[in-house]
Amino acid sequence: MTATAEPTVEFGKARPRKEDARLITGRTRFTDSITPQGTLHMHVVRSPLAHATITGIDKSAAEAAPGVIGVYTLADLGAEAVGLPHVWPLTPNEKAPQRPLLAGSTVHFAGEGVAVVLARTAAEARDAADLVEIDYEPLEPVLDMEAAIADDATVLHPELGTNVSDTWVFDSGSAGTGGSVDEAIAAAEADPDSVVIRRRFRQQRLIPAFMEPRSVVVDPTGEQILMYSATQVPHVLRTMTSVTLGVPEQKLRVIAPDVGGGFGGKLSVIPEEMLCVLLAQKLGKPVKWSETRSESMLAAHHGRDQIQDLTLTAKKDGTVTGLDVRLLADMGAYLELVGPGVPVLGAFMFNAIYKIPAYKFTCTTVLTTKTLTGAYRGAGRPEATFGIERVMDELAVELGRDPMELREQNWIKHEEFPFTTVAGLTYDSGNYEQATQQAMELFDYAGLRREQEERRRSGDPVQLGIGISTFTEMCGLAPSRVLGALSYGAGGWEAASIRMLATGKVEVVTGASAHGQGHETAFGQIVAEQLGVPFDDIEVLHGDTQVAPKGMDTYGSRSLVVGGIALVKASEKVIAKARKIAAHLLEASEDDIEFANGQFTVRGTDKGKAIQEIAFATFAAHDYPEGIEPSLDADAVYDPDNFSFPHGTHLAAIEIDTETGHVDLRKYVCVDDIGNVVNPLIAEGQVHGGLAQGISQALFEEANYDDQGTLVNGTFVDYTLPSAADLPSFDTRVVSTPSTTNPLGVKGVGEAGTIASTPAIVNGVIDALRHLGVTEVEMPCTSQRVWRAIQDARGVATQETPVDTHSPGAGLGSIDPNNPQGEVQ
Amino acid sequence: MIPSKFDYVKPASVADAVAALQQGGEDAKIIAGGQSLLPVLRLRLAAPSLLVDLAGIPELRGIREEGDRIVVGAMTSYYDVLKDESVQQHVTLLAQATETVADGQVRHRGTLGGALAHADPAGDLGAVALALDAEMVIAGASGTRTVPASEFFVDYFTTAIGEGEILTEIRFPKYTGWGSHYEKFNRTAQAWSMVAIAAAIRTEGGAIAEARVGLTNMGTTPIRATGVEQALVGQPATADAVRAAAERVTEGTAAPSDADAASDYREHLAKVLTGRAVLAAAG
Repeated sequence: MTATAEPTVEFGKARPRKEDARLITGRTRFTDSITPQGTLHMHVVRSPLAHATITGIDKSAAEAAPGVIGVYTLADLGAEAVGLPHVWPLTPNEKAPQRPLLAGSTVHFAGEGVAVVLARTAAEARDAADLVEIDYEPLEPVLDMEAAIADDATVLHPELGTNVSDTWVFDSGSAGTGGSVDEAIAAAEADPDSVVIRRRFRQQRLIPAFMEPRSVVVDPTGEQILMYSATQVPHVLRTMTSVTLGVPEQKLRVIAPDVGGGFGGKLSVIPEEMLCVLLAQKLGKPVKWSETRSESMLAAHHGRDQIQDLTLTAKKDGTVTGLDVRLLADMGAYLELVGPGVPVLGAFMFNAIYKIPAYKFTCTTVLTTKTLTGAYRGAGRPEATFGIERVMDELAVELGRDPMELREQNWIKHEEFPFTTVAGLTYDSGNYEQATQQAMELFDYAGLRREQEERRRSGDPVQLGIGISTFTEMCGLAPSRVLGALSYGAGGWEAASIRMLATGKVEVVTGASAHGQGHETAFGQIVAEQLGVPFDDIEVLHGDTQVAPKGMDTYGSRSLVVGGIALVKASEKVIAKARKIAAHLLEASEDDIEFANGQFTVRGTDKGKAIQEIAFATFAAHDYPEGIEPSLDADAVYDPDNFSFPHGTHLAAIEIDTETGHVDLRKYVCVDDIGNVVNPLIAEGQVHGGLAQGISQALFEEANYDDQGTLVNGTFVDYTLPSAADLPSFDTRVVSTPSTTNPLGVKGVGEAGTIASTPAIVNGVIDALRHLGVTEVEMPCTSQRVWRAIQDARGVATQETPVDTHSPGAGLGSIDPNNPQGEVQ
Repeated sequence: MIPSKFDYVKPASVADAVAALQQGGEDAKIIAGGQSLLPVLRLRLAAPSLLVDLAGIPELRGIREEGDRIVVGAMTSYYDVLKDESVQQHVTLLAQATETVADGQVRHRGTLGGALAHADPAGDLGAVALALDAEMVIAGASGTRTVPASEFFVDYFTTAIGEGEILTEIRFPKYTGWGSHYEKFNRTAQAWSMVAIAAAIRTEGGAIAEARVGLTNMGTTPIRATGVEQALVGQPATADAVRAAAERVTEGTAAPSDADAASDYREHLAKVLTGRAVLAAAG
């Protein structure tokens, strides 16, 4: 033997992320850092109005401005017939307005592009944009979903005849996965031993607020058009650019360099990407666009925005008998790439961890004059989890039961897995009892309940609430046949390649391109473990269609459970090839070759060769068996059989200052079952970030529009994001019930915290106030909303809150739309 | 985020700065720490033709004791203000309020003079200057003049500083031995004040002998809560007495209404927070 066989223990090791040094020090290059020589800069002139006819555009002053190459409208680009892709039609009847690259004759949301300015510098393009004179004839904005679907509503896209894009229904009665919910409700209404709980919840509109604003550079000077984009989906972008603009796919190379976050907000194909391609082709020069933060908040797609009407029926003994879900989902002005699919993902999650015998889900997608909505961390599943976890608390209150005990009565027991749910999914594994028991102990549930009782009894101005969320999610998008059944425009597989280099080092290629998650570290650990090579000898390559030609990219907690398994499959192929060559070189039968820790050995002897030696021998190719190619490299494409189903129990202790309404998250405990863990450090980071985002929906964030359809809090001054100072130190713990649907036993983790935490917080807020008569506080549960809810419960009338008004209180009074001149004395 | 074009000068003396401002006319603007002005420029909500940067004038920085006064140069950073021992000892309320401004990065760049001259009613330091009867020293072409805080804040983003003038110093009387507290209520730790109360209290034998209370974001300017001050004097520093006095806090206010807080909520908050601020100050 020429190499020592030290066992490689990489899987499960809490390695610091190898990416961090270059990301944190600013050494790396993001898209905006890339400026090929001769680059022209694009600025988009956007509509300040939500709905208007364009009656005239005077470009002359802008065209004459210093450095300006040209000012272009949709007609100038000859792109009137080009529609941005929408790949997730819900039904064949879906009414889908074509989204143009720039508004043609009508603008449909504030922030929609109307023209672009191209100049030699970004500053010149920005200056000239102010000189483009656009005349608008205002039209009635369409803002409220219920008003939008009323008979007398202004129709946003007259050619469609309606603002209802589609209605999608899942009914367990007709699907054969359960009973009829209509019958369950009728039976419950007629049964004195049953209860019917009807609640309406609102999922407010959120802005993904990724750290790196979007940016695109298109360089047409080579044989291929080279596009850099700050995107989550370079492969989808390449194919969609080809389909949208007719650029032959082989003439297009897309690179997503290091990308500074996305949260679903960069799972899109955007007008600016297509405009940069068109302008670069037209002028033969590189064209670049980088958005400002304000532009990003206004024009990049938003998330959530649903009205949920839930009807839950149960026996008075606590057994749930039926759930009816009716959603209105705001799509914004057009259908985003995957927009309508987002709320429909919730169809499979409203039943959550519970055994519900009858279930129906009806989702109506609505067009309004607002920014488009699309994927945002969790995408459909946080909304569903919120709805079911809120209504389970309502049922517990109705029946006078402890909310955790009521949940346990209805959830799937650990011995019942695999379990086929009323929504038709088969949950492979789980142990809700285990996660819950650990969480309750860590939280001191009994002790906090006693403290709550004491504070109630003494009338403490600071009241305590306990919020529960026992969640599961489907992650790892997705088995291709499932996507096909949902009319999604592509498959859900992932691709991987492994290249064994002559010196024994390894290049790993993945189609799941990260945008901050740490794939390079985690994937390196998986391959190190599989091949028995040192972690530092592996480089993970991604995000460039020339390097990683096949891929489905990163979203839906799919990278590990789909992309990671593809790496395992490719590793197995490498080992199988190497085994043949090892047998040949060791003059042994292939059947006698054993492989462990990077060493091929002959059973029963001390003869062996390291995989690196095999790699070099294969490179030299002087001596290898007949009938095979001298290569160890392997490709794999993995299409999962099923989703994986992480779950967990999240508990929040909420203190509310009843004098001011201030909500203080005192303690947060979560025990997540995410199966086997590749890198505990990365997993914990994902949980922490996810929690912050989910808690933020509950307490801080909301995109507000005024009655004219203007986004009024489109800066970080007034769109409230929390910092570490606003959140407690989380108590997180992981338990592992391995997934049985993949060979690593892994589950996704990237969205778990976001999906679970929002209802835990709101349940806690309401639990703190329930004895005062408060039954609902809309999200975000701001101090003002909480205070008003308390006043209402006490029968004290308070005044209406203007949602659309800036004041000096915004700090930047000068960005008040009522003070548009920005008077700063 | 690209601002409109502007000219830029960085004079080395107050006299040169005044001259530059006068030459620049009404479209000239002073930049101090830039923490309020730069966002406005980058959003193109203001488009001055000339920026006069005061960062190159050493005499505008620093804190000194002058008899019964603590004098703070207008270009002194928040950080230097809150870390200064003489401020901590004699003008404790100023140090306490300054510590709540935004975050550490802003506190290292932003300046006391800049904050007062910007006169954002949601800014924290106007209420402190008003409550403590600070004096503003303003330099212009014809020399310097001193304006009491009570006359300094004129309106929303408007002060007594005239065209071509520069705020050079803020002079605080010493409040040695007083108790003080700045009670700030905001949506997130680094957000602007929804409402905040600046309170300085001198007690004698358990009773309130003197009280000074300033309000942040309860009108178009910082506001002095004189009704509360009058009601507090002579009262014992007990919760009941202080809360009763705090009921008068809305006298003379014009609380703004916005998405974070409608005016009735702000008025309610002001009462609750005034009680808390005074009790904390009275220790």
